[in-house]
Amino acid sequence: MKATAWMGTDSVKVINVPDPTIMNARDAIVRITSTAICGSDLHLYHGYIPDMRKGDILGHEFMGEVVEVGPQVRNLKPGDRVVVPFPIACGRCNSCQRGLYSVCENSNPNAGIAEKIMGHSPAGIFGYSHLLGGYAGGQAEYARVPFADVGPIKVPDDVPDDQAVMLADVFPTAFMGAEMCDIKPGDVIAVWGAGPVGLLAAASARMLGAERVIVIDRYPYRLRLAREHAGAETINYEDSDVLDTLNAMTAGRGPDACIDAVGLEGHHGNAAMYAYDRAKQAVRLETERPFALRQAILACRSGGVVSVIGAYGGFVDKFPMGAFMNRSLIMRTGQCHVQRYTRPLLDRIQRGDIDPSFIISHRLPLKDAPKGYKIFQKKQDDCTKVVLKV
Amino acid sequence: MDEADEVLLPELDGPEPKPLLPRALGWLSLALGVGALAAPGRLAQLTGVDDSPLAPTVIPAVGARELVHAAGLIRGRRPAGWAWTRVAGDAMDLTLLGRAWGDRCGERRRRVALTTAVVGGIAVADLLAAVGAARSRRARERVIRMEIGVTVNRTPADAYRFWRDVENLPRFMSHLESVRAEDLRRSHWIARGPASRRIEWDAEIVDDRPNRSIAWRSLPGTRVPNAGRVRFVPAPGDRGTEVRVQLRYAPPAGALGRVVAKLFGEEPEQQVRDDLRRFKQVLETGEVVRSEGSPDGISVRQQVIQRPAQPLPPARR
Ligand SMILES: NC(=O)c1ccc[n+]([C@@H]2O[C@H](COP(=O)([O-])OP(=O)(O)OC[C@H]3O[C@@H](n4cnc5c(N)ncnc54)[C@H](O)[C@@H]3O)[C@@H](O)[C@H]2O)c1
Ligand SMILES: [Zn+2]
Ligand SMILES: [Zn+2]
Repeated sequence: MKATAWMGTDSVKVINVPDPTIMNARDAIVRITSTAICGSDLHLYHGYIPDMRKGDILGHEFMGEVVEVGPQVRNLKPGDRVVVPFPIACGRCNSCQRGLYSVCENSNPNAGIAEKIMGHSPAGIFGYSHLLGGYAGGQAEYARVPFADVGPIKVPDDVPDDQAVMLADVFPTAFMGAEMCDIKPGDVIAVWGAGPVGLLAAASARMLGAERVIVIDRYPYRLRLAREHAGAETINYEDSDVLDTLNAMTAGRGPDACIDAVGLEGHHGNAAMYAYDRAKQAVRLETERPFALRQAILACRSGGVVSVIGAYGGFVDKFPMGAFMNRSLIMRTGQCHVQRYTRPLLDRIQRGDIDPSFIISHRLPLKDAPKGYKIFQKKQDDCTKVVLKV
Repeated sequence: MDEADEVLLPELDGPEPKPLLPRALGWLSLALGVGALAAPGRLAQLTGVDDSPLAPTVIPAVGARELVHAAGLIRGRRPAGWAWTRVAGDAMDLTLLGRAWGDRCGERRRRVALTTAVVGGIAVADLLAAVGAARSRRARERVIRMEIGVTVNRTPADAYRFWRDVENLPRFMSHLESVRAEDLRRSHWIARGPASRRIEWDAEIVDDRPNRSIAWRSLPGTRVPNAGRVRFVPAPGDRGTEVRVQLRYAPPAGALGRVVAKLFGEEPEQQVRDDLRRFKQVLETGEVVRSEGSPDGISVRQQVIQRPAQPLPPARR
């Protein structure tokens, strides 16, 4: 089959690999119809997530048709149309049973290494480094889906691929980011990053009853989507000082909760600050550029929530712990526990509460995956989200 | 955490064996020493060096040395050390004899040659004794012990039942090829070494408390004495079972030792931790979880030697 492989920093190729087969009794093989490129894939593309190997198949946002199931999979059969959550979760461990699927205790066969770096191991993730399992991803014609009796859900015919594939990651992630803000009537929510995750987080915050949502980014086309589709106000951080503007907008209180939907590759309007963290990251003195996170902490109202859904991989420098501690802030974070949200969010889509496909800017054939990575990386051609059609 | 007694291993926990060979050699030293001191002239004649002007001084000196060896070897403390001093003494004697042989002819030369052969034989025995004593001491020093736990989301009864059927052990202990239960207590274990070398041993269950703990040990005579105990403790907060494993083994030295070391990897604790993770996977999910990068599931070696995250070629399935 054809598959999108990581060939080194800033390099992906569509290559021929063997077709996947059942390796565990609870596996299913899915013939992929739609698969998306994520901001998380850009972290891999740029080489910031440790332990990638040349030839690794990328992709953790995919859906398609079941073509084969292992002997222990009873809920699915060949022909079913399914969307697959990106964290691989067994459904039987303590974490899974408490709904913490992205920290499943069994799905990372390389837990020993992850433990050395992170203390304890998170779940395995499709196409997301050997540190997180060494699983082949889904930017391909077929994928093997472990624990198919727990993760994938069937998609009704009236929900098109473009909507359903958003349930693999970005919509649940964004929704969880908003949910972690514990939104109460009158709350003002600020969101850093107007990528797919930030845009859907803003929309979710609205759905969950936020009074006002403010989205911060520097790309006018993305900020326009935030205004038009998420009912948000926007700040372009290249035009105005973010902290001052947020204080002005909230009469000095600061947002009640702040969502970091940027992650470890933040960009900074101030050239000197940007150069400082960029240089430290290049020589691995620091693995992240946490501009949005620092700013979110400083901006947040005292006693408020900082909800971190942007991805981090290692160590953060100059973390404003003083502000965090003295102002009684709360941080909530995590890779999304997608399995918890797929059904309720599918319901919301079917009810017409939201159409998450508004973020899709490009639909390309699988063979054009390298081009998709390039335009998404460079934010060319008003690119927000690339969905590969197989 | 509550303490549990170590399972005793006769090879490691009994009194340190006093090997027969060093003691026998001790008595030989005593006889030689007394002879050399009491009748140096007679000994010189017997060994064919009675014509040497040095013989009357060298022979009593050798005798005195032998008495010191005898005292050390017969007392039996640190037999290895004393055995090595005997080896050194033999080397000295052989050098002297070699020189004596070169200088002589006829009957004397024949006697020197005979003496050399006898001392040579004793030297070999001394060497064997020294090596053997050192090996037994090092085995005791090398004992590896560890205590590692994992929390499994199943009842103590489930976890106990799975472990108690010892034939299940290779399903999660990655270095085992098979375990065959011979009866309710005894079993035969085969471990898979590198380069398809196998290590086999017999073990017995020495303490069995249903749903609470199991203790086992290898039977005497195995080359890798080992023992273990696993306890199944209800985890607080209704989170299943804390499976706590204590292990102890004494890897041998030499080539076999290197095989054992490879078997357990560079980090024996990591290996056991991974085995317990596999145990947890099998109990909670039904089998060992595999990925394309780690197609054989969790293991230290596999985590380092990853293949790319791509489906396996048909040959490797
Ligand atoms: N927690 C999870 O489960 C999860 C799931 C999916 C994605 N993620 C992470 O979410 C993040 C966003 O993903 P995406 O697909 O939207 O990526 P994206 O790259 O499209 O979006 C990131 C946006 O952040 C903006 N940005 C950069 N620096 C900024 C700053 N200092 N202030 C404000 N905005 C800034 C960029 O201009 C860009 O528009 C990534 O880190 C991704 O890894 C996390
Ligand atoms: Zn994603
Ligand atoms: Zn789990």
